[in-house]
Amino acid sequence: MSWMNKLFGQKEKSGSVAKQRLQMVLIHDRSEVSPGLIEQIKDDIIQVIANRLAIDAENVKIDLTQSGRESCLVAEIPLQVNARKRA
Amino acid sequence: MNAKVITITSGKGGVGKTTVSANLAAALAMMGRKVVAIDADIGLRNLDVVMGLENRIVYDLVDVIEGRCRLRQAMIKDKRQPELYLIPAAQTRDKMAVSPSDMVLVCDQLRHEMDYIVIDSPAGIERGFRNAIAPADQIIIVTNPEVSAVRDADRIIGLIEAEEKGPAKLLINRLKPAMVARGDMLSIDDVLDILAIDLIGVIPEDESILVSSNQGLPVAMSSVNGSSASQAFRNVAQRLEGADIPFLDLTQKTGLMERLRLWLAGEN
Repeated sequence: MSWMNKLFGQKEKSGSVAKQRLQMVLIHDRSEVSPGLIEQIKDDIIQVIANRLAIDAENVKIDLTQSGRESCLVAEIPLQVNARKRA
Repeated sequence: MNAKVITITSGKGGVGKTTVSANLAAALAMMGRKVVAIDADIGLRNLDVVMGLENRIVYDLVDVIEGRCRLRQAMIKDKRQPELYLIPAAQTRDKMAVSPSDMVLVCDQLRHEMDYIVIDSPAGIERGFRNAIAPADQIIIVTNPEVSAVRDADRIIGLIEAEEKGPAKLLINRLKPAMVARGDMLSIDDVLDILAIDLIGVIPEDESILVSSNQGLPVAMSSVNGSSASQAFRNVAQRLEGADIPFLDLTQKTGLMERLRLWLAGEN
């Protein structure tokens, strides 16, 4: 309960920050995927799909997730909804 | 009898490989085993000075490999234990003076007369590391509960698996239970969650380690009472021998306000 921590004047403890940071950095280390590479892949994917479908490019999300020692690249690509005009 | 070759490595420098090597070798010898420790850190030798045997070096590992002396001549007998020996590293050469197959050959010559060969690996992932793991039957990875040490340990685990030298075991060194209790240090479980390998030991931060090292006496050998590190090293040796020793309870009692906060937050 984080409000309880705030009542007692505590931010998140450095030990748990360390653990979270380590988990993130190891996802990248283990899969040899650099954060910069993900940005490039994101741009490529937006281009490829935008050629065929109208997409909401600003809200495209690409994440590297992990379960166990396996990693997955997960993409979320919102499609553009055409605004209807009143006749 | 066929010796078990144990390599102590880490990736990260300064986490305690040499201290662990010296103390593990000493603790095994104290149990009556025949042990030879080998310093594989060519050019930056330290196992000799941590064991307090620096004044007795005549020949070293490179002399053996290059044929300038017999293996026995390079083995320094530690007079404090019945059967504990050190083969020191060379100080004026570098890691390229030794190859992985050289290390395998040296260990093969020792296997029939020893119970354990403990190899102190240098830091890094290059030649020195590869030399040290080549003859290993069991690799122990030493880490500290700290981000860069754990990150490097993870890389080493991957390299060891790739070399088909796994599964390695983990030794967490320099744990400070009070800091863990305050949430300011990674806990044992945190480190195990991240690295996901079996734990062979936890050594707490302990001033007696520096005091003993100053004197050239591995702390496991000292008769100082109350050194939790000394007991922890001896426990690791027993686990290597197959005994199922529970991990030392290093936890400290938490203060009243902290217990109140934890209770109100619904945590254990």
